[in-house]
Amino acid sequence: MIDHLAEFFAELGMTGTVIWTMIKILCITVPLPIIVAFITLAERRVIGAAQWRFGPNRVGPKGLLQPFADVLKMLFKEIVWPERANKMLYITAPLLVLLTAIASWAVIPFSDYLWLANIDAGLLYIMMMSSIGVYGIIIAGWASNSRYAFLGAMRSTAQLISYELAMGFSLVGVILLTNSLNLIEIVRHQEGGVLNWHILPLLPLFFVYWFAGIAETNRHPFDMAEGESELVAGFHVEYGGITFALFFLAEYINMMIISVLIATLFLGGWLAPFPVLNELTIFSVAPLGDGFLWLALKVVFFLFVYLWIRATFPRYRYDQIMRLGWKVFIPLTLIWIILVAIATQWSRLFG
Amino acid sequence: MTFSAFLFYTFSAILIGSAISVVSTRHPIHSALSLVLAFFTTAAIWVTLGAEFLGLALVVIYVGAVMVFFLFVIMMVNVRDFKKPKSNWRVYFVPLLLVGVLMFAELAMLIIYSTGGRGAVPEPETRNTFLLGKAMFDHYIYALEIVAVLLLSAMVAAIALTHRKTSSTKRQVPSEQIAIKRDDRVRLVKMDVVRDEDEPEDNKKQADK
Repeated sequence: MIDHLAEFFAELGMTGTVIWTMIKILCITVPLPIIVAFITLAERRVIGAAQWRFGPNRVGPKGLLQPFADVLKMLFKEIVWPERANKMLYITAPLLVLLTAIASWAVIPFSDYLWLANIDAGLLYIMMMSSIGVYGIIIAGWASNSRYAFLGAMRSTAQLISYELAMGFSLVGVILLTNSLNLIEIVRHQEGGVLNWHILPLLPLFFVYWFAGIAETNRHPFDMAEGESELVAGFHVEYGGITFALFFLAEYINMMIISVLIATLFLGGWLAPFPVLNELTIFSVAPLGDGFLWLALKVVFFLFVYLWIRATFPRYRYDQIMRLGWKVFIPLTLIWIILVAIATQWSRLFG
Repeated sequence: MTFSAFLFYTFSAILIGSAISVVSTRHPIHSALSLVLAFFTTAAIWVTLGAEFLGLALVVIYVGAVMVFFLFVIMMVNVRDFKKPKSNWRVYFVPLLLVGVLMFAELAMLIIYSTGGRGAVPEPETRNTFLLGKAMFDHYIYALEIVAVLLLSAMVAAIALTHRKTSSTKRQVPSEQIAIKRDDRVRLVKMDVVRDEDEPEDNKKQADK
């Protein structure tokens, strides 16, 4: 059916292509806020369970309508403009953060045939988006005209830049193995079961990427930028109501992006762990074969670990975060990149 | 007008507008952010012309790294209210015009000589990133390596110059922090119970010890 629709729009020429692309974009962007809403509920329930209490369970069956109640509350709050804030930049900042978070999804492959854009420099595109997202945080901190917000923005930016390096280096390992920056080709390179996934040859890089990803999204235990006990809430202190909700949404979308990327780069994306599962067919469909299901499962696992970590670990001190980023992660990735480069060259020459 | 032409003219208009506002706004933060926008739209034009790697690299390096540090510095300086500088418009007008005309002529000549006046025309269906990588690491490998070593030595020199130890520098050594045992910091002292009636004697004993 999807093929028929695509053909129908392709026959309409230029406008048809634009409309078809718009429909695809909507298919990605509309579910995102809804999923985020349920992640926030899951977060409160999981942390509740970890702390031996219930969490929100009153609104709707099992508390399922709680996120919608929260969203409505946020929507109807008044936007308070801080004194002498730069209004234009103040309102641009949350939009910029959200925009870059959503735009990253353009190159994510969801299954063998489901993606929006198949571009050669897909990984670079995602790095670009995350580097633009930093601006939202800087601008938010500066435009709020508040010391807390400014300190939070400074901390956050320094942290993002430091960990972007480690993330970039661990991506280099993936690129060395696959010879491509294209996310779809990276997943196809891992075909053939768990043993072919990148997690095995790139184990240290996998962990570096994972933890740097947690730091990139400003989540526990790296959420120095928010540090309630010292900075109230960091760079978004002065934001309330819907403007705060935009930051919140962007943070959770970024968490999902990081989880999807870990799954795609190191754990085979949409691929099933065992190729045998593709042969288990019911009515010529393999329900457990390669497909969106496996990507979703992997992503849900990493999202759960996000919440688990938040419920378990205390926060890092600022100098400890910097030390971990610069003196542990970067040397580790550099050494492993050299090893991977030697190994791939060796196998090309002699293997 | 095709869709790509529409995109090109839109991005060009934004690019020119933001480039003008880089030099015309009085507020340094606005100026820096306009520069960011200018970089971004340049990258967008390059991507629509088929140079996707170049465009993305421009954003990652200039927008993601260089301009962030610019903004850091400007924000730290924290200058909010700017007085309008005295205008020396007439004094500088002729030299400015000369420089402008010269640069425009240079650019025009470059474009005419290198492409025969056609402008940059994208090659259809080329694997840009792949070809660029091949050119860089096959054909220009030594130049690339020399540039890399130069940059690395410059970085090491910059760190060595700025990161010097002074007598007031305080450092934390995490291995020492972790190696600390309880006995290094806490000492339990056994003390006799002090009673009121024989207080003077007890004090004497303590003093003797």
